[in-house]
Amino acid sequence: MTDSATGAASAPVYGLVLAGGSSSRMRRDKAALPYQGESQLDRACALAGRHVDRVFVSVRAGQDTDPVRARRQMIIDSVAGGGPIVGIRSAIAAHPDVAWLVLACDLPFLSDAAVAHLLAERDPNLVATAYRSAHDGLPEPLCAVWEPKAADELAANQAGGGSCPRKFLMRHTVKIIELLDLKALDNVNTPGEYAQALRLLGSGSEINPMQLKIKYYALMREQAGRSEETVETEAATAADLYSELQARHGFTLSREQLKVAVNSEFSTWSRKLANGDAVVFIPPVAGG
Amino acid sequence: MRFRFAHSTIDTAAARLELLDPGAGGYLSFEGWVRDHNEGREVTRLEYEAYEELAVKEGERILSEAQNRFPIKRALCIHRVGSLGLADMAVWVGVCSVHRGEAFDACRFIIDEVKHRVPIWKKEHYRNGDSGWVNCERCAAAPRHSHQHQTAVSRLTD
Repeated sequence: MTDSATGAASAPVYGLVLAGGSSSRMRRDKAALPYQGESQLDRACALAGRHVDRVFVSVRAGQDTDPVRARRQMIIDSVAGGGPIVGIRSAIAAHPDVAWLVLACDLPFLSDAAVAHLLAERDPNLVATAYRSAHDGLPEPLCAVWEPKAADELAANQAGGGSCPRKFLMRHTVKIIELLDLKALDNVNTPGEYAQALRLLGSGSEINPMQLKIKYYALMREQAGRSEETVETEAATAADLYSELQARHGFTLSREQLKVAVNSEFSTWSRKLANGDAVVFIPPVAGG
Repeated sequence: MRFRFAHSTIDTAAARLELLDPGAGGYLSFEGWVRDHNEGREVTRLEYEAYEELAVKEGERILSEAQNRFPIKRALCIHRVGSLGLADMAVWVGVCSVHRGEAFDACRFIIDEVKHRVPIWKKEHYRNGDSGWVNCERCAAAPRHSHQHQTAVSRLTD
C-alpha cells in the first residue's frame, strides 16, 4: 500500500460485496446463483478475502435473515431503496476509518489478478480508484476502491438527490485505471447471460446444465407451492441444490434439519448430482 | 410386502391372517390411534402423507432388522395415509413368534423405528382452526436446532 504524497498513511482496506440487488432481470436471487457448486456470493467473498483482511456483504433491510447472506458479516443499508450507493455509504458509516474494496457479487469473470491490480494502483488521496469500463469508457463504481474521504461527498450527493454511483465518480476526482482483461467486469443480469457465463467458465462435462426432477412432500410441498418440478441447474451436489431451491422457494428449514434422497434412496448431501436424478428433501418425519 | 400403506381403513383381520404360522405360539399387534390432543392443543383430525417409494424400502429394512434381532416368526406393518379422524387407526404392527417375549420386544422395536426413520409426515388440525406439520413447524421457528430426525418424540402411538 503506497503512502499518500502528503505522507499520511493510507487507510486499511476491507471488502464489501454488494448483494442487495433485487435480481429482477434474472428472476432469481443472483447472490445464490451457483458456479461450479459455489454460490456467486461465496465466490465473490472468497475472491475479496484473498486480498483484504475482512469482508462484509452489503444487504438491504430484510435480506439479513436470508440464509445465503446470513452466514456472512453483513452491513445493512441505512436507507431503503437507495441502490448500491447506499450500500457503500452504509459501509463507510459503519467503519469510517477504512477504505472499501467494493465488488458487485455478479462479476463471475473477475480474477485475482484484476483485484490485485486495482489494489496496487489504488490512490488513497482521491475519492476512489476504479477501472474504466470496457463497454462505455466510464468509471466502474462496483469494482473499485472507495476511500473514507468519500463520506462527506456521498452525503452531499445524497442530499442533492444523486443515486448513481457512476455519475458520482464522474463528478469527482478519481483514479481511473485500465483493465488488463477486457472481459473482467462483464456482469451477469439475465438467465441468458448466466448460461453463457457458465459455458465460458465451465469445462468438460460441467458446462451442461442438468435437468433434475424434484418432488416435494409435507411442509416442503406447501412452501414450494407444488408437489414436483423439473429444474435446470448447475448445482454440483445435493447441498448446492438445496441452497439454490431454498433461495427460490423460501424454505424455512435449514439443510441440517433435513435428509435428502436421490433416486428413491437416502443420500449424503455431498453426493454429486447427475442429469435426470430425482431428488427429494425430507423434512423431520412423524409417522405413527 | 411386509411394510405397506393403506389409503383407507386398515383391515386388521386380514392382516392378522397373513401372520398365521403353525410354529408360532403367540401373536400380538399394536394399533396407533388418532388422539384428540397433543402438547396441550385440541386436535380435530390428522393428515398423513408419505414418500411411499422410499418409505416402503425403509419400512422393509426395519422389519428385516427386527427379524434379525429377535427370534420372531413373522412381522407386518401397515401405515395409513390421507385424512384421519379422531380414534381412526393410523398404524398397525403385527408380530408372531414361538414365545411371547420376543414378539413384545420386536413389536416395540418396529413401531419405534418406523416413527423415527420412515418418511411419513402428519399434519395436525386444531380446534382453533390452526394446523401444523408435527416436528417441522417448531424447527422452522428455531432454525439452529438440529436433530437429525433422532429426537422425534413419540406421540400417537405411545
